[in-house]
Amino acid sequence: MAMIDDNSKNQIKTIFEQLKEQVNVVLIVKKEECETCSDTQTFVTEMTDISEKLTLEVLDESDDKAKEFGVTMYPAIILLDKDNKDYGIKFYGIPAGHEINSFIMGLIEVSGAGEQLPEDVVKKIEAINKPIDIKVFITLSCPHCPGAVAKAHKLAFMNKNVNAEMIEANTFGEISTKYNVSGVPKIVINEDTELLGDQPLNAFLSAIENL
Amino acid sequence: MAIDFSLNVGTTKSKRVKSDKLYDTLIIGGGPAGLNAALYAKRKGLQVGILTQRIGGQVLDTKVVENYLGYTKITGEELMREFEDHVNEYDVPISDEMQVKQIKCEEYKEIHTTTDEVYKAKTVIIATGSIPRMLGIPGEKEFNGKGVSYCAICDGSLYQDGIVMVIGGGNAAIGSALDLSRIAKKVMIVHRSTFRADQILLDRLNEQKNIDIYLETEIKEIKGQSKMTHVITYDKDTKLEKSINVEGLFVEIGHVPRTEYLNGLIELENNGEIIVDSNGETSEPGIFAAGDVTNVKYKQIVIAAAEGAKAALSATEYINKGKH
Ligand SMILES: Cc1cc2nc3c(=O)[nH]c(=O)nc-3n(C[C@H](O)[C@H](O)[C@H](O)COP(=O)(O)OP(=O)(O)OC[C@H]3O[C@@H](n4cnc5c(N)ncnc54)[C@H](O)[C@@H]3O)c2cc1C
Repeated sequence: MAMIDDNSKNQIKTIFEQLKEQVNVVLIVKKEECETCSDTQTFVTEMTDISEKLTLEVLDESDDKAKEFGVTMYPAIILLDKDNKDYGIKFYGIPAGHEINSFIMGLIEVSGAGEQLPEDVVKKIEAINKPIDIKVFITLSCPHCPGAVAKAHKLAFMNKNVNAEMIEANTFGEISTKYNVSGVPKIVINEDTELLGDQPLNAFLSAIENL
Repeated sequence: MAIDFSLNVGTTKSKRVKSDKLYDTLIIGGGPAGLNAALYAKRKGLQVGILTQRIGGQVLDTKVVENYLGYTKITGEELMREFEDHVNEYDVPISDEMQVKQIKCEEYKEIHTTTDEVYKAKTVIIATGSIPRMLGIPGEKEFNGKGVSYCAICDGSLYQDGIVMVIGGGNAAIGSALDLSRIAKKVMIVHRSTFRADQILLDRLNEQKNIDIYLETEIKEIKGQSKMTHVITYDKDTKLEKSINVEGLFVEIGHVPRTEYLNGLIELENNGEIIVDSNGETSEPGIFAAGDVTNVKYKQIVIAAAEGAKAALSATEYINKGKH
């Protein structure tokens, strides 16, 4: 049975008209001990089938090619642009529920049709010159979470020093416990700076400046 | 695995409010009050725009709404999408992710944002709603995000088979307790007096086997290490303090109005609510207010929306009389 009903598909199709260039989606799954891998595969397959601008490559974690992405948890989704450039934009876990919004925003971003930011903000983002790793812990029922994920991904898209990943807290209980996640969205920047809630871009930027 | 979708990235992305244009009315806040105000103002022919942090307001944090006339049962998000789509039919510019930090009354009203943009209008409708009230007890700030939560639908799923507590006695608290009872092993609901929720919700509450009810009970302190582990409660009848193990604490004790940025510009009640007359006028000519941010007693979607319409009609009349 289709995971995404026709009504939603039609809505998504209209949104995908915004896609500018091709986006190559890579899904890395694991055969065993991955409860959500097959659902995620169905979901991502149905999503990428909606637009001709989207391609999908499914890899197993044991494939050599999968190892190049430095992924340690499964399922993992990576968004590459038309030239297969990796911006460091990842989703760990199925981006369904509310998170379908950040997944769509990520696709639009990597296609080159993301929202234009004011010039001074662009300057600040481009000035980030140290390696930044942003983890955004979310749950699928959280209305504020996609905003936080999309902002982190936007930073990653705009600056090669930034990597940003969504982590679905219920799928990845162990790492969520390690980072003490009991409220979402929880944003962890370079392991020790924490932000709670859907913060404005400025809050991300000042946290990064203060590292 | 049940997959549902809450698609809300707009298909018809509205235009943004312009800073070089003089509007007839600018609305601050994109909840039910602000969206309905925009609809009414626009249909009256006013040049109108909305500046807001999020489109949809608090209703987005509500799982289901069962008391908005015309919808027997609808998710908060869907209802707000209907509102937004309706407003978008009229090409009202909406700027989201905008926080207003000041309103100045010069020749026209000037609205300043935290990103230092300035917008100008002849009239302003304030519809900035409210944010959850905090308990104001030791441990609350420390364990915010470490067990203490103000959003049950966001964080509830992190407590699968856990032990959680809801504080509060209104509809929102009972609704959260019912939602959580399907996820957690045990739910406690603690309220300092008696329940003031709708009877229909209380009936459902009493049917749930894994919910314990503590009335006339206050919560004194939240304790833990890296996460909260227990709370200290005080039973007003027995006058006894108790330490109860709790992994997640959901605070649902009402709301405080978001008026901190007004800095004495208009008259407020002691509790921070904007004082409005029955037409939505504030103490400052040309500034109107509607919804949860005002001293209108009942805080509901249908009421906020209706108050928004009133404020818009009052603003129209103000402009038509040439008072600006
Ligand atoms: C959990 C929960 C369940 C509820 N259930 C129901 C229900 O079932 N039925 C019902 O009728 N009501 C319900 N309510 C109440 C209802 O949500 C509110 O009465 C209603 O949302 C008030 O609308 P509003 O437009 O006045 O304010 P809000 O919905 O609070 O909207 C205010 C808007 O202003 C924006 N804003 C705030 N400050 C600024 C600023 N400085 N600059 C720019 N923008 C700003 C915010 O981002 C927000 O978008 C519930 C509330 C909660 C929290």
